Amino acid sequence: MSTMTIAKGINNGLRVAMEKDSRVVLMGEDIGKLGGVFRVTDGLQKDFGEDRVIDTPLAEAGIVGTAIGMALRGYRPVVEIQFDGFIYPAFDHIVSQVAKMRARSLGKVKLPMVIRIPVGGGIGAVEHHSESNEAYFAHTAGLKVVCCSNAEDAYWMIQQAIETDDPVLFYEPKRRYWDKAEVDETAAPRELFKAQVCREGTDATLVAYGPMVKTCLQAAEAAAGEGKNLEVIDLRSLSPLDMDVIAASVEKTGRMVVVHEASTFLGLGAEVAAEVQQRCFYHLEAPVLRVGGYNLPYPPSKLEEEFLPDLDRVLDAVDRSLAY
Amino acid sequence: MTALAHDRETLLAQGAPALLRQMIRVRRFEEKCVELYSATKIRGFLHLCIGEEAVAVGVISSLGPGDAVVSTYREHGHALARGVPMNAVMAEMFGKATGCSRGRGGSMHLFDADLRFYGGNAIVGGGMPPSVGMALADRMNDRDDVTACIFGEGAMAEGEFHESANLAALWHLPVLFVCENNRYAMGTALAREHAETDLTVRAASYGMVAWAVDGMDVLAVREAAERAIALVRGGGGPCFLELRTYRFRAHSMYDPDRYRDKAEIERWRQSDPIPRLTGELLAQGVVSDDEVATWEGEIAQEIEAAIASAEAAPLEPVSDLTRFVTSERQTP
Repeated sequence: MSTMTIAKGINNGLRVAMEKDSRVVLMGEDIGKLGGVFRVTDGLQKDFGEDRVIDTPLAEAGIVGTAIGMALRGYRPVVEIQFDGFIYPAFDHIVSQVAKMRARSLGKVKLPMVIRIPVGGGIGAVEHHSESNEAYFAHTAGLKVVCCSNAEDAYWMIQQAIETDDPVLFYEPKRRYWDKAEVDETAAPRELFKAQVCREGTDATLVAYGPMVKTCLQAAEAAAGEGKNLEVIDLRSLSPLDMDVIAASVEKTGRMVVVHEASTFLGLGAEVAAEVQQRCFYHLEAPVLRVGGYNLPYPPSKLEEEFLPDLDRVLDAVDRSLAY
Repeated sequence: MTALAHDRETLLAQGAPALLRQMIRVRRFEEKCVELYSATKIRGFLHLCIGEEAVAVGVISSLGPGDAVVSTYREHGHALARGVPMNAVMAEMFGKATGCSRGRGGSMHLFDADLRFYGGNAIVGGGMPPSVGMALADRMNDRDDVTACIFGEGAMAEGEFHESANLAALWHLPVLFVCENNRYAMGTALAREHAETDLTVRAASYGMVAWAVDGMDVLAVREAAERAIALVRGGGGPCFLELRTYRFRAHSMYDPDRYRDKAEIERWRQSDPIPRLTGELLAQGVVSDDEVATWEGEIAQEIEAAIASAEAAPLEPVSDLTRFVTSERQTP
């Protein structure tokens, strides 16, 4: 057991993956000597050399596209995109090439590559540096999208993503990078594409992922003080979605609130809500509610607390659900 | 693998008949595709390389089996020259399950991983960064394979060209950049889309060897490609070849071709690579009229067989569309 932050969990996970498999190569802007803006790759270039931890020019399309070629030749590249908003120049390569190469090649070509993206707001960094763009990629067949919410998952999920033979977009909750937790490096990890019930309850189900898991756990704690018993599910995988865990929970509680930082408009919550009303219609005691960002550009840094879902907004939704 | 560059005289005596036959094969295949398109056997988009065959044949015949080819949406000739079986190409054009991409790719996405033919690609510039990646992987493994990245001059206005040229030159990678300059990006002439119309100047500005070649002369293309490939394979870093060519037909079957002067097309037809080489080889006595006629007959038979095979082939079952999307079978 060791105590580590989410950032360190990913760093340690990358290190283990690189030690286990010489085909694992990291690429990105300032990830080597500097160790990345968030220091997630700190020390790895020093230990693995400049060929395994490659500092690249500022060229997101070029980097992701280069990773495609590396994967075609047997490597397992891990690309770091410095900030969520910087993924857009590479969007074309991800949706037009990465997602479709396997189908185009009759399954002969696989692209075992990971694209790491620090995601979300809460660090006072305004637009281009605070975006939650996971739904764009979850919408594209051929890609897998996961998001860790704690150090233990960070440590294991990055290793599992690297071992996956499909391209994985790996979202990291940047404002939680420094949250610490105990990690058991000898335990058997949970499956990568499965949701996790991280707090059991009976009155309502909160579904979240990434940075909002902590918010939901805090909300459940506060609600417990008022005698409300909330279940909290960490989705972990956004594509594929593990609907079985969610449906089982909703069949038990009859109520659900989906929470994410991204705009609720056509966000992951819309898909989860649609699936739940189809699968659990006769179990629902209230409409499925969503708490999320607004359909607006990311706000000024001093106003982001108004924009991001917080404890109060989650609890307000829970109250509305329970009062229905 | 071609270790030494051939000069024109050697090529004329040895390889030229095979190059001519390949060009005729590509030409006849595409001419037949026009008929099949009109008969709605082939649907969607169809971009022909008629007039540009010397590029496909001259460059790709210079590569070894371990080398990679990354192509464009105008890639029928590239695929055939690379050795993708005509049956598989034709079936792909028909959208049939026996096609080289199971019918999913169609005319623009011919793909054959076993031949290291990484496809046609409908995204202009889309193949460039992956070419850099394959070359990076090869350099890291001390393999002497070359990645030939083929694109049109229109792609040089895309950001990917600049990112890829910079990365390939910065990391000294074995990429052969092959610019198939047919002078029109769809309907936009070179001078209307590029501030610097000498494309070799722009490539050279990244610190790579770059030169232009008559892309209507397959022997010139072959000679240049061999030299460039030897340079790249020998560790000289990336190289850029501009092959000046021309497409005799419109951009696609939908294109009314209003942006080109008929006289200009006629002028370029005078340097059609096929009669040009045929004339030269006949004059020198390297091939005879009978031989050319025999090839024509063989090619016609091959095309008819490919059509029959494509006609008879099934479509991919709808229930199979979930296959090959990700590593495990998923229900939709």
